[in-house]
Amino acid sequence: MTTHGMAGASEPVVEVSELRKSYGGRNVVDGVSFSVDEGEIFGILGPNGAGKTTTVECLEGLRVPDSGRVRVAGLDPRADHDAVTRVLGAQLQESELQPKLTVREALELYASLYPSPLDWRPLAERLGLTGKLTTRFSGLSGGQKQRLFIALALVGAPRVVVLDELTTGLDPRARRDTWELIEDVRAGGVTVLLVTHFMEEAQRLCDRIAVIDGGRVTALDTPSGLVARMARSTVISFTPSTPLDDEELSALPALASVERRDGRITLGGTDETVNAVVSLLARRRITAHQLRVTDATLDEAFLDLTAARD
Amino acid sequence: MTTVTASPTASARVAVLRAEARLFLREPGTLFWVLGFPPLLLAILGLVPAFREADDGLGGLRPIDVYVPVTVLVAVIVVGAQAMPPLLAGYRERGILRRMSTTPMRPSALLAAQMWLHGAAALVSAALSLAVGRLCYDVGLPDHALGYALTLLLAVAAALALGALLGARVRTARVATAVGSAVFFPMLFSTGLWMPVRSMPDVMAAVVERTPFGAAARALDQAQAGGWPDAAHLAVVAGWAALLTVAAVRWFRWE
Repeated sequence: MTTHGMAGASEPVVEVSELRKSYGGRNVVDGVSFSVDEGEIFGILGPNGAGKTTTVECLEGLRVPDSGRVRVAGLDPRADHDAVTRVLGAQLQESELQPKLTVREALELYASLYPSPLDWRPLAERLGLTGKLTTRFSGLSGGQKQRLFIALALVGAPRVVVLDELTTGLDPRARRDTWELIEDVRAGGVTVLLVTHFMEEAQRLCDRIAVIDGGRVTALDTPSGLVARMARSTVISFTPSTPLDDEELSALPALASVERRDGRITLGGTDETVNAVVSLLARRRITAHQLRVTDATLDEAFLDLTAARD
Repeated sequence: MTTVTASPTASARVAVLRAEARLFLREPGTLFWVLGFPPLLLAILGLVPAFREADDGLGGLRPIDVYVPVTVLVAVIVVGAQAMPPLLAGYRERGILRRMSTTPMRPSALLAAQMWLHGAAALVSAALSLAVGRLCYDVGLPDHALGYALTLLLAVAAALALGALLGARVRTARVATAVGSAVFFPMLFSTGLWMPVRSMPDVMAAVVERTPFGAAARALDQAQAGGWPDAAHLAVVAGWAALLTVAAVRWFRWE
């Protein structure tokens, strides 16, 4: 893992501090702060309605924050809107193009809006759109539309690209291709801000993740850091040859959860718990059938982090 | 790939206009109702023998003479009430304006491009109607060309502002179509499509002459006959154009 956040002299390319935005008396974004370094893939993860999209819309200049500070490459998305649009490429969660505009026309049009755009041909090829250049937007499948929007977000050669629900509507193959593309984009020096509720995507792509829930950042860490900070970062399961009673189990160190089902015991805890279980079994001369020790996934970490509120 | 001469903004505006022009040409419905229908209507009316006979009630003019300015205005009204509102509402509803506002180009460029295209189409349609009248039915070209052109441009401006305003206020393209139709028929009536404005009862004529296209119809009649249109008629059309423009600018919603 790279040491983002310790880049030193360089300014963060995206800065959000104490951002607040409410609609109709409801605080949709309630004091969100984070910063993203140049070249980072930064994930914003959270359940539906958590305030993820509103947060990035403030960065894109589509919404005016009630309070707080938002900067993209040191620029204010409202006051310096034109300058921000030249450095920030956006893929919006819900938007369409003119139904009768063809893929080629869309790429040419959007390329022409930027001062020094990328050549759209290789981009279209990379996104598998070459065979669809003469197809009208209304004739594209959901996945093809999504890929076109990714291309349009990148065609202006942005420094930062915001991708909101990147792979929604893509089949597993296209999803993996898209992930590779995002890694290439980052390798080219572009900072990526990824809004998602898809764990596998966040775990695979992101250097750091801000978990947003109820309009607040509930955790901000690397994917493995998020997993490690869980009380039950490791799960131990086995079927003991002789029953174990609750007292013996609850004496285990760093134990976070106990579950019994058909004679099988599942324990949540840490490495320390694993060692203690192994020595307990040895001491009692109990054979553990089908002993499994697994790391918790980001999925579980996420559920932990977002369920805590309820 | 990279352009050399024009500034990025100017070339980008041209790119937007070019793309929207292509899209405009892909709307057969709009093309027919703006460019095809009004001259066709005139051609068909002219086939009726009674329309080609001088009528004392019309000051010795033939009905076909009176219907040329009417069909010119029909195209203008189709643009403002039928073509533009659903298009603009759809652009907002689909998030097309929003998507454009995240680029260095303002979404107003889309609006401007569509207004130019629709305005140009209305003028082309007017030219077609004048040509049909002149070539098929020997209707003279407007005697006061300048007054005619000025009236027509003001009427087009009013129609474009109306289209933008309706497109601004309604939520969806579907509603825009319905609202557009609701204003479409009264406006057609005001041009004298069913009954020439000069033949209307006094009270009705007085009301109609205060509407944008009723006043425009009277002004076009006068310019056709060779005089400078009454300032009162021009003022009514210009006033509506200004009012609708201010309202459209004030209330336009981008999302």
